Amino acid sequence: MILKTKRLQKHFGGIYALNNCDLNIRKNEITAIIGPNGSGKSTLFNVISKILKKDKGKIIFNGMDIDNKKDYELASKGISRTFQEVRLFKNLTIMDHIDIAISKDDESILRSLTKKVNRTERIKEILDVVGLNKPIDTFASDLSYGQRKLLDLAMAIAKPGDLLMLDEPVAGVNPKLRKKIKDIIRSLHKKGKTILIIEHDMNFVMDLAGHVIVMNAGKVIAQGRPKDIQNNPDVLNIYLGD
Amino acid sequence: MIAPYIFNILILICIYVILATSLNFALGYTGLLNLGHIAFFGIGAYASVLLVQAGIPYIIALPAAGVIAGFFGFLLILATRKIKGDYLALVTLGFSFVIHSVLLNWTSVTRGPLGIPGIPKPSILGFTISSGFIYFIFALIIAFITWFILNKIVNSPFGRLMQATRDDELGLRVLGKNTSMIKTKVLIISAFFAGIAGSLFAHHITFIDPASFSLQEIILVLTIVIVGGLASLRGSIFATIIILVIPEILRFLSLPGTIVGPARNMIYAVILVAILLWRPRGLFGRVDLN
Ligand SMILES: Nc1ncnc2c1ncn2[C@@H]1O[C@H](COP(=O)(O)OP(=O)(O)O)[C@@H](O)[C@H]1O
Ligand SMILES: [Mg+2]
Repeated sequence: MILKTKRLQKHFGGIYALNNCDLNIRKNEITAIIGPNGSGKSTLFNVISKILKKDKGKIIFNGMDIDNKKDYELASKGISRTFQEVRLFKNLTIMDHIDIAISKDDESILRSLTKKVNRTERIKEILDVVGLNKPIDTFASDLSYGQRKLLDLAMAIAKPGDLLMLDEPVAGVNPKLRKKIKDIIRSLHKKGKTILIIEHDMNFVMDLAGHVIVMNAGKVIAQGRPKDIQNNPDVLNIYLGD
Repeated sequence: MIAPYIFNILILICIYVILATSLNFALGYTGLLNLGHIAFFGIGAYASVLLVQAGIPYIIALPAAGVIAGFFGFLLILATRKIKGDYLALVTLGFSFVIHSVLLNWTSVTRGPLGIPGIPKPSILGFTISSGFIYFIFALIIAFITWFILNKIVNSPFGRLMQATRDDELGLRVLGKNTSMIKTKVLIISAFFAGIAGSLFAHHITFIDPASFSLQEIILVLTIVIVGGLASLRGSIFATIIILVIPEILRFLSLPGTIVGPARNMIYAVILVAILLWRPRGLFGRVDLN
């Protein structure tokens, strides 16, 4: 297991976004988390990545309790993620984005001023993986929605990491790009990445994920192989009710 | 008779270039809506004067003024760790008021509203900078060094992180960057240079009182930064010249003293509104804060 959560709980006012949520995510597998809107999927990601404080429960990553880690410390531990809404730096270029994601020295002013490294080749390789073929000096604010989704994905995979968490990577994306992103996820998996992907649309993950977890009202209500999930009456029930 | 007048304006331009570029460093590049900048200016001015009066050589008092202001910058960022955006503006404005009232009420040290008169001209290694021309050259060198350092930083990988912090702090944290630390460093540097400007100002004017560091002044520096454009050091330099030189026309209109002050403010307001209508991002700006 690369990631485990135990009885994870998080509430907003009277709403329990996570209600005793237990997860077991296997290494080198694509695991999909599906569930209706508001079932707590994004909250789960935010709690795991320490952006939100949990009320209760445990999070174990690679056998280590990451309770005392801060959000910015998780990247170096090997967790990278995307958000449901793309988060880019609108006044920076494509190249800046990837460079920030891979460089380690830039937080020190002194090293920043003295050490000059050219990472253009590496940056182009990463952009090739997601197939974003725009000039690397294009500003993020000049990219289309689909291109921004790809840049966002490129930043998440830029650093070698153990776990890649994607929150609805194909939301609002046209069918052609959906297919392209699906292929990217597949090829990342082939290269040995563990991928945890949130998706609202059950059909998208059926031929992609090895394991599917279904959430509703902050709880895991079913999990298993895609085929079994597809025919699970409880799952059909919440999806038809949605 | 015209020379002292010209040099006075040139020296003030150098001082305000330091103030405006260092404010832009925090505000325009990093998105820190810091209205406490003028307090660092005041802290630097008082620190420098008090140190020199205590017998410390100016060559030490000048950097010390920067360091002390930088230390207050550190305290301010510690106190405002969890505060963002508009609230940060309010809290840092409050910080300005607190410093202002300390300067006003700590009379045993600052002489309160009476101010400190007769501040000596800087004396460096036995040479006293008494002429306006030499002081201008001195201020110009310091302003140039300030620009040089700030410019190097904003164009470095660290400068890129400053801009990323401004554009999407959470997104940057998830990439593994400690944005609290980035903001702390930025505010310390910004405050340091404001303190240096304060020292230059005090020993140029030779009289300081708490009113020299009031709300009026922060509005002036903010106007310069906005007119020049956020995240443009060059813009701040050009705007300083424009904003400080244009109101000088008033001097030649022989207006009564009571009108000059308000007229000056009106000119600033007109320039600001004109710029915001004509070029919302300022003369050289590339970014807007949301
Ligand atoms: N920051 C927040 N403040 C208040 N309520 C929130 C917040 N984030 C999520 N919620 C609520 O928590 C529940 C779960 O939301 P979310 O995790 O976004 O669901 P999903 O990603 O599955 O659509 C929803 O009822 C949502 O309104
Ligand atoms: Mg969601």
